[in-house]
Amino acid sequence: MTAVTALGAHSAAGAAGISVSVRGLVKRYGGTAAVDGLDLEIRTGEVFSLLGPNGAGKTTTTEILEGYRSRDAGEVTVLGQDPAHGGPLWRSRLGIVLQSSPENAELTVQEMVSHFARYYPSPRDADEVIEAVGLDAKRNTRTRALSGGQRRRLDVALGIVGRPELLFLDEPTTGFDPEARHAFWDLVRRLRCDGTTILLTTHYLDEAEQLADRVGIIADGRLLALDTPDHLGGRLAHRARVRWQDGAGAHEEVTEHPTRLVTELAVRHGGEVPGLEVVRPSLEDVYLSLLEKAAKDSGSATTEEGRR
Amino acid sequence: MTSPAIHAPSALGLGVARAQIELKQFFRERSSVIFNFSFPVIMLFIFGSVFDGDIAPGVSFTQYFTAGMIASGVFMSSFQELAITIAIEREDGTLKRLRGTPMPPAAYFLGKIGMVLVASVAQAAILLGVGAALFGLDLPSEPELWLRFAWIFLLGTVAGTVLGIAYSSLPRSAKSAGAVVSPVLIVLMFISGVYFVYSELPSWMQTVGALFPLKWLAGGMRSIFLPESFAAEEVGDSWQLPETALVLGLWAVVGLVLCLRTFRWMRRDAG
Repeated sequence: MTAVTALGAHSAAGAAGISVSVRGLVKRYGGTAAVDGLDLEIRTGEVFSLLGPNGAGKTTTTEILEGYRSRDAGEVTVLGQDPAHGGPLWRSRLGIVLQSSPENAELTVQEMVSHFARYYPSPRDADEVIEAVGLDAKRNTRTRALSGGQRRRLDVALGIVGRPELLFLDEPTTGFDPEARHAFWDLVRRLRCDGTTILLTTHYLDEAEQLADRVGIIADGRLLALDTPDHLGGRLAHRARVRWQDGAGAHEEVTEHPTRLVTELAVRHGGEVPGLEVVRPSLEDVYLSLLEKAAKDSGSATTEEGRR
Repeated sequence: MTSPAIHAPSALGLGVARAQIELKQFFRERSSVIFNFSFPVIMLFIFGSVFDGDIAPGVSFTQYFTAGMIASGVFMSSFQELAITIAIEREDGTLKRLRGTPMPPAAYFLGKIGMVLVASVAQAAILLGVGAALFGLDLPSEPELWLRFAWIFLLGTVAGTVLGIAYSSLPRSAKSAGAVVSPVLIVLMFISGVYFVYSELPSWMQTVGALFPLKWLAGGMRSIFLPESFAAEEVGDSWQLPETALVLGLWAVVGLVLCLRTFRWMRRDAG
C-alpha cells in the first residue's frame, strides 16, 4: 500500500486494543426490537464491515455508537466512552459519514472543508483532504453544482478532516461509478494505514471483501456471523462448485474436495476436461446462504422496513 | 499521547465562524435575498400610494405604516427566516451532521444570531432609507432616540431569533415549513398595528395583539419615528416603553426556554 504519507500519520493511534465494544445491545421501537442483544467488538486499527439486509439494525446500531440514539439495554463503549454521554472532546476523535448528505448548496467545497476543519483540535490540512477525495478540480465549485458521487466524496472529506481515530462510513459509495469506487477504496486503505479504525456499513459485498479485515453479518438485530471475509461461513466457504461438460451435457457438483474431483475428471477424460470451471463461493454467496439459513432457523423471515 | 495539550476550539470563535458561513449562504441565495429585502419595500409602496391621508395632525398613515414595517422586518429576518431555514436544515440532515462533530451547540446558535443581526440591520437600513426618501419618515436627530432604537431593535431581534429557532420544530417537514410559518406573521401584522392603526382595532383584537411581541415592537418603533405628540393617540395615551421592554424580554425568555427544552438535531420520526 502506497502514498501513506499523503494524509499524515496518526499521532495518537491508541494502545493496540478495542475501539468499540458492544454487549447485549437492545433498542426497541414501539414493541419491536430493532437491535436484539447484539455483541460486537471492533479492534483498534481494523476495518470492520457490518453487513445485513435493510431493517437488520445496522443503521440503528451505528447511530447508537455515534451517540445519536439512546439504547434500551446493553453496554456500549466507544473509544473508552459511553456514547450516550460523549462530549465535544470525544466527538473530536470520531469521523462520521452519514447515509444521506445535506444540501449546503451555496458554499464551495473549499469553504465547507475549511470550515469543518475549524471544529477539531488538530485537523488535517483542508487542501490535502480535498485532494485525497479527488475533488481538487472542484475546489471552488458550489456544492449545488456537484454530482451525486462528488457530493458523497465531500461527505467523506468532512468526515476525515478532523483526523478521526474512529471513522464511521455508512454506505459511502452509493451512487459511485466503478472508477470512483476504486479510488475510494484506495482512500480507505490509506486511512487504515494511518491507523484509523473504520466501521464500514455497506450493501456492496465486494466492497466489504476488498476492504474489511473482519466482517459481521447482522440480521433481525442480532449478529449472525463474524469473521474475516475469507473464513466467514466456516465450512460453507470451503465448498467449491465444479462445472464441466461432456457428451451428456453440462454438469455441476458441489464439493469440499474440488482438487480430488478435478483429478478424477481428468483421468476420466484422458486429459483436458471440457468447459472446466472451479468456483469458490464469493462473500455474496456465503452472505446469502447465511441469511437463508437464519431465516429457516427462526422459522419466520421478518422483513421489517429499514429505519433511518 | 505525545502531542502537546490540545485545545478545543472555543464556542465564541466558532460562533463567529458560523455566522460568516451562514451569511455567505444567505446572501448567495439571491432569489430569497431579493424577496426578503424587497417585500417590505413593495408593501411600503402599495400602502403609501393607496392610503395617503393623515391619521392625526401632522402624522400620515404612511409614516405610521413605515414604523410598523420596520418592526415587521425584524420579525421577517429573525423569526420567519429561522423557523423556515432550520426546519429545512433539520430535514435535510445539516443539523444531524453538525451534531456529529465536536462543534459546541452554542456556536450554532451564536452563528444564527449573528446572521440574523446582520440581515436585520441591512433590512432596517433599507426601510429607513426608503421611508425617509419617499414617505416622509422623520429620522430622529436626538441620540437618545437612536439609543432607544438600538435596545428595542436588539430586544426584538433576540426575541424573534429564539422564537424562530423554537418554532422551527413545529413544521413536520421542510415542504410544509413555509405554510406553517408565514401565516403567523401575516396575521400578527394585521392585529399588531402594522396594516391598521392599532388604537382603531376592536378592543378584543387589541387584547389578542398585545399578547404577542410584534405589537410592542411596532409601538416602540413608532415612539422613535413619529412625533412625540402622537403618544397621546396611542392606547394608554403613552408609548408604554417599560411595558414594551417587559413583554419583549418575557418573550425572549420564553423563546429561550422553549429552545433549550425542545430543540432537536434530528427529524422527529428519527427515534
